[in-house]
Amino acid sequence: MNVMTRPYVPDFATLIEQDRVHGSLYTDADIFRMELDRIWYRTWVYVGHESEVPEPFDFVTKSIGPQPIIMTRGADGQINLLQNRCPHRGNEVCTEPRGNARKFTCPFHNWTFANDGRLEATAFADGYKGQDMAALSLGKVARVASYRGFVFGSFATEGPTLEEHLGGAAETLDRLCDSSPTGEVEITAGFLQHRVKANWKFVLENETDGYHPAFVHASVFKVTDSGIGGLYGSKSTAVTRDFGNGHTELDLRPEFRLRDQPLNWFGTTPERLPDYVAAMEQAHGPEKAREVMIDGTPHVMIFPNLFIAEIQIFVLQPRAVDDTVQHVTALQFKGAPDINRRLRQQTMGSVGPAGFLLADDSEMYERTHRGVLSRDPEWLYLARGEHRERTDEDGFRVGHATDEVPSRGIWRHYRQMMEAE
Amino acid sequence: MGMITVEQDITRRVEQFIYAEARLQDEHEYAAWEALWTDDAIYWLPANGDAIDPEQQMSIIYDNRSRIGVRVRQLLSGKRYTQDPKSAIRHLITNVEVLDRSGDEVSVGCNVMVYESSLRGETLWAARTEYLLRDTPDGFRMARKKVALVNNDKPLFTLSFLI
Repeated sequence: MNVMTRPYVPDFATLIEQDRVHGSLYTDADIFRMELDRIWYRTWVYVGHESEVPEPFDFVTKSIGPQPIIMTRGADGQINLLQNRCPHRGNEVCTEPRGNARKFTCPFHNWTFANDGRLEATAFADGYKGQDMAALSLGKVARVASYRGFVFGSFATEGPTLEEHLGGAAETLDRLCDSSPTGEVEITAGFLQHRVKANWKFVLENETDGYHPAFVHASVFKVTDSGIGGLYGSKSTAVTRDFGNGHTELDLRPEFRLRDQPLNWFGTTPERLPDYVAAMEQAHGPEKAREVMIDGTPHVMIFPNLFIAEIQIFVLQPRAVDDTVQHVTALQFKGAPDINRRLRQQTMGSVGPAGFLLADDSEMYERTHRGVLSRDPEWLYLARGEHRERTDEDGFRVGHATDEVPSRGIWRHYRQMMEAE
Repeated sequence: MGMITVEQDITRRVEQFIYAEARLQDEHEYAAWEALWTDDAIYWLPANGDAIDPEQQMSIIYDNRSRIGVRVRQLLSGKRYTQDPKSAIRHLITNVEVLDRSGDEVSVGCNVMVYESSLRGETLWAARTEYLLRDTPDGFRMARKKVALVNNDKPLFTLSFLI
């Protein structure tokens, strides 16, 4: 008789400590498979933006982890997140990246589904006499919710609501939308897909790491008149913040408030974007508009996969333990064409496979992934700024711009998720 | 016969120019490569097909002359880590055709494969490349170069050498 064996479950308490984590967390394929079950197919994961499917029957293909997802807008205007798998024999039912379709027809045996996933028709239906065909619809992501147009999905039928999951980080999305004169952002410029041969958590942690820019991006600061460099120096007044639930922020507002110049965060001046400034003053009143344009947009990593980097969004997609895709595009503010053009131009220069910034970040991800395969030392050291970590007025942990408060926060939450059955 | 000779002559000159440009890229002769561009140049690698509007949609590269200069200066800075060490690359170019001629401008198309060896490993790149070349007393100069990678709608590894 066979003995039932429990699957290998590592003891995360021995791999994740307060200020160091074990290298195998990035390279162990068994741990990656557990992450899919306990993080990616459980928690709220960002999928897409409502503006990508503006009209009824619009669809766009997205993903949750390695799984393809079809995001559709139904006849009723509701957003659906469907699995791209025919319930008959598993074929993909949609191979177009985007479009408008009332139905998806599987080319294998011609089963036809409505754009909310319901099975509408089978070919030669007399062969299914007496069968309950209603149960054979496209798989749906159990819970779908959106916040300020950002659509998230969770495969768990129960659990925290999206707003509970976002917690304090929801305010950063509000802050982002405040920078749009209509209060709405749009994702309309198409995505670049930048692949790295590295574990997804190197990308996750780097997004709010304020220690690396002075070094990894030194070439950009040297050859352009970018004002970014000073934000990440040892004298910076910017702070790192851990919102809990794995969400982390590099809050640059203290530096921009010292500079006290509207649109300095975007490397420009009100004179160069007169239409945008006029629309912002119209929307908020001159005083509030000035404050918003001084503070700028957030630099926030919403666990596990939505990174808002001031002017662009990155959507992280893990495909295997050492294969990660960064889907990236410019943020667009509805009703603000002059700033949108500049948002696209700056984003194209900075990110993607040939970007002035991201090509170097991605180089570090790949080198680090190879590095941690070495056996000694086994640990990564995340203690920077522990002695000066403090709690802000909202109860969130904060530290200096270059401190590893975000990494420690990410790993604290990661351990909780991985230890939950 | 005379017309054919002229066509053969322009095709040969164009080919020699494209091969020379590829050699400068393969040898990482950044400054010499930058000198091949006109002042109104556009260096374009579209994403998501080859027919997008680069003024509205994201491209992998959409550099005007000024940004080409930044790209080259970054490569020369000594701190462009993704090219330190430099990728070993070789461009293979075929199917060179003169597509159109107007005044001192020549439109050219060709197929390109680039074999890259970097710290990550080996990567093969394939593209349809189109040039708008301008004939000057110093030889051809590039007013526009469009490199449409065949897989530009898919996830791509870092592409930080000059293609």
